[in-house]
Amino acid sequence: MVSPLPELVIAEFHKKIKDAFEVFDHEANNTVDVREIGTIIRSLGCCPSEGELHDLIVEVEEEEPTGYIRFEKFLPVMTKVLLEKRYRPIPEDILLRAFEVLDPSKRGFLTKEELIKYMTEEGEPFSQEEMEEMLSAAIDPESNSIRYKDYIAMMVVDDG
Amino acid sequence: VQSPISIYYHLTFHAEFASFKAAALIQRWYRRYMARLETRRCCTWRIFQSIEYAGQQDHVKLHDFFSYLVDHFTPNSNHESEYDDYESIEVPDNYTGPRLSFPLLPNHATALVEAFRLKQQLHARYVLNLLHETRKHLVQLPNINRVSTCYSEEITVCGDLHGQLDDLIFIFHKNGLPSPERAYVFNGDFVDRGKESVEILMILFAFMLVYPKEFRLNRGNHEDHMVNLRYGLTKEVMHKYKTHGKKILKILQDVFCWLHLATLVDEKVLILHGGVSDMPDLELLAKLDRHKVLTTEVVSCEREGRAGSCPGAGSAPWAPPPGLPRGHRASRSSSIPCSCGPPWGPGAGRCRQQAGPPRAGRRGFRKETISWSFQVVDILWSDPMAQEGCKANTVRGGGCYFGPSVTEQLLQKYNLQFLIRSHERKPEGYEFCHRRKVLTIFSASNYYEVGSNRGAYVKLGPALTPYIVQYQANKETHRLTMRQRISRVEESALRSLWEKLFASSLDLLGEFKKHDADKTGLITLSAWAEAVESVLHLGLPWRMLKPQLVNSSTDNTLEYKSWLEDLAKEQLSRENIQSSLLETLYRNRPNLEAIFRITDSDHSGFISLDEFRQTWKLFSSHMNIDITDDCICDLARSIDLNRDGHIDINEFLEAFRIVEQSSTEGDTSDCPQATNTDNSGCSKPSKR
Repeated sequence: MVSPLPELVIAEFHKKIKDAFEVFDHEANNTVDVREIGTIIRSLGCCPSEGELHDLIVEVEEEEPTGYIRFEKFLPVMTKVLLEKRYRPIPEDILLRAFEVLDPSKRGFLTKEELIKYMTEEGEPFSQEEMEEMLSAAIDPESNSIRYKDYIAMMVVDDG
Repeated sequence: VQSPISIYYHLTFHAEFASFKAAALIQRWYRRYMARLETRRCCTWRIFQSIEYAGQQDHVKLHDFFSYLVDHFTPNSNHESEYDDYESIEVPDNYTGPRLSFPLLPNHATALVEAFRLKQQLHARYVLNLLHETRKHLVQLPNINRVSTCYSEEITVCGDLHGQLDDLIFIFHKNGLPSPERAYVFNGDFVDRGKESVEILMILFAFMLVYPKEFRLNRGNHEDHMVNLRYGLTKEVMHKYKTHGKKILKILQDVFCWLHLATLVDEKVLILHGGVSDMPDLELLAKLDRHKVLTTEVVSCEREGRAGSCPGAGSAPWAPPPGLPRGHRASRSSSIPCSCGPPWGPGAGRCRQQAGPPRAGRRGFRKETISWSFQVVDILWSDPMAQEGCKANTVRGGGCYFGPSVTEQLLQKYNLQFLIRSHERKPEGYEFCHRRKVLTIFSASNYYEVGSNRGAYVKLGPALTPYIVQYQANKETHRLTMRQRISRVEESALRSLWEKLFASSLDLLGEFKKHDADKTGLITLSAWAEAVESVLHLGLPWRMLKPQLVNSSTDNTLEYKSWLEDLAKEQLSRENIQSSLLETLYRNRPNLEAIFRITDSDHSGFISLDEFRQTWKLFSSHMNIDITDDCICDLARSIDLNRDGHIDINEFLEAFRIVEQSSTEGDTSDCPQATNTDNSGCSKPSKR
């Protein structure tokens, strides 16, 4: 199949980005709260780290940050991100590998305390809210542990 | 063979900071997952709001029609004494509900709460008696009510309840019943939509009579008989009180007009239902004759673009002529001293243009004599916005959007600390804005669906620091994870959306065909999104919703005919979707109810065949619906089951449900004629 013309691809990206932006444009004035930018970018299929997100925000912010991001600034930056296929999602097997790194003795699970320690002290730490939310879905109440293989399978199905 | 990415990660994990990197990876993935959930949640919210809002948009087209109806069907009220005559109503001995005697005592009010919790119904005689006493009480009170924390140590302010009795009971349970030490202010919109508006009113009025100094009620835009016609209170009253409902509605109409417009706490915190305009005039507000504002439904202005913040709680309004005597059938064109005629007459176009942004233009023509009624409209309908300035509230069609400086201006002018208002649904039940100078408080939890939003109330002590309590009056939700909560709400939203899509099947087919010039039966998903939006005008992000609405097609195309067929199967299963009349009726159901209730001016529950035909003809011409006279006649006759020349409104709506039901049972017909089946078949309640 012939791949579509670049203009069409860009046009399609523009529409996608506009739709995603509009979901969070609560006052219908082509701006969104800067705190929602991460959600918007992720909803478009990208998976940036917090650091990468921060850099993106700097690119789309006004020179004097207002706390709001305008669509006109967001669109070209986001289009480039999509065209360059930046911040690709993480494949399932890699995710599994990551959990296994945290579980060197290969028990197949992490205890609640271990998960909390890793998630709140290492990497780009979770807030308390994020931690609680993750635990609520991930913990197997009987063993008070996270069977990560099952957890991944459950979350991936949901992701759609 | 491992992919380059895999190898890269593999090597990474062997590096020194393996666990650090592994954690970062998991966090990154998890945050994306949560973002997807959050997006779904927002989309769901949007679906609900835009469907609700789209229903109101019909009002724009219908205003001429409504005004005609109101002019021709508003009754001459010469029987003002009718509703005062409750003493002659007998209460049967076998009545087991609560009994009231006046003057009311605290235990009467408490008993009411308990009785309603047990699903009992208050007898019409007590309802009327209570309303009569309530009115007597309200008449003496000022427009702006003043409360002081010197007397009550704490004041609790609650927002919209919208007929959700569970939330009221929950608030009393959690916060305590009203008492001289525990003052309450209820900030409007007690009724409509929920199923227990009557019970809420009874409780609120009872406590107000028992604790007149400590228990106050502000008027909301739903405390309005025109709004009630459309949004459920009228229907609920007539359903629960078949014999005396008429009387109850009449006195209720009056009681609503006598409610406070605003409450002031310690001269520092202003509580009102909607918001303010850039020309707030509390002195004027205090002096005006609030009783004259029968209704604040104003004509809907041209809407710009999408629904935006989509408050959605009220209907599109049209303007009240101030000074209109109760029930007087005067031609409205004479009553507003406005240079461009009544807002809904021939000059309407001009008025509407002037009413659009910018705000300054709108004020230009207004004379002093009518500006006070707009003050009331502003108070009951306005919404805060983040941008500076003040512009007409084109979403609601009345009131304005007011920016932070407008709030600042108001607070400075009257030396206030902050403003408490309601009127808008908030996912958390409350929201601060304008640098914490405006607090929105909304007390109807799970407004759309279990799990859709929390309710909240706010408490003020002598220091006037707001202390907020949130809740969700449904035990189930606490046990669900966020993921599950979102799924449930999403399902509900999607069901509503499918209904809407189905109701427009024919139009959709037409649009799809336009995108399929080669008649391949396929269209691209992009074309699908465009077509759907051009038919439904819901302003939804269709590309974001695509995964839930369209079975994933790998090559980015859709077989639209089979998609539409699947849609029909989801909806009314074996329904004959060729019936455009049925679709039209289905689509306009909420309007039909409102129309028929207006037509049935004496609330008798009956309209004549002729009135029905005329009404329907007018309705279809205004809505540009192509229906033959014969079809209308057939429809009318088939509904008049006992052939006495009158149509029972409730039976009409039931008949409509029978038609839906019987079609699904296999006897399809071209024109939806209710066959002479008995009503026993239609037990399925239609979803609103």
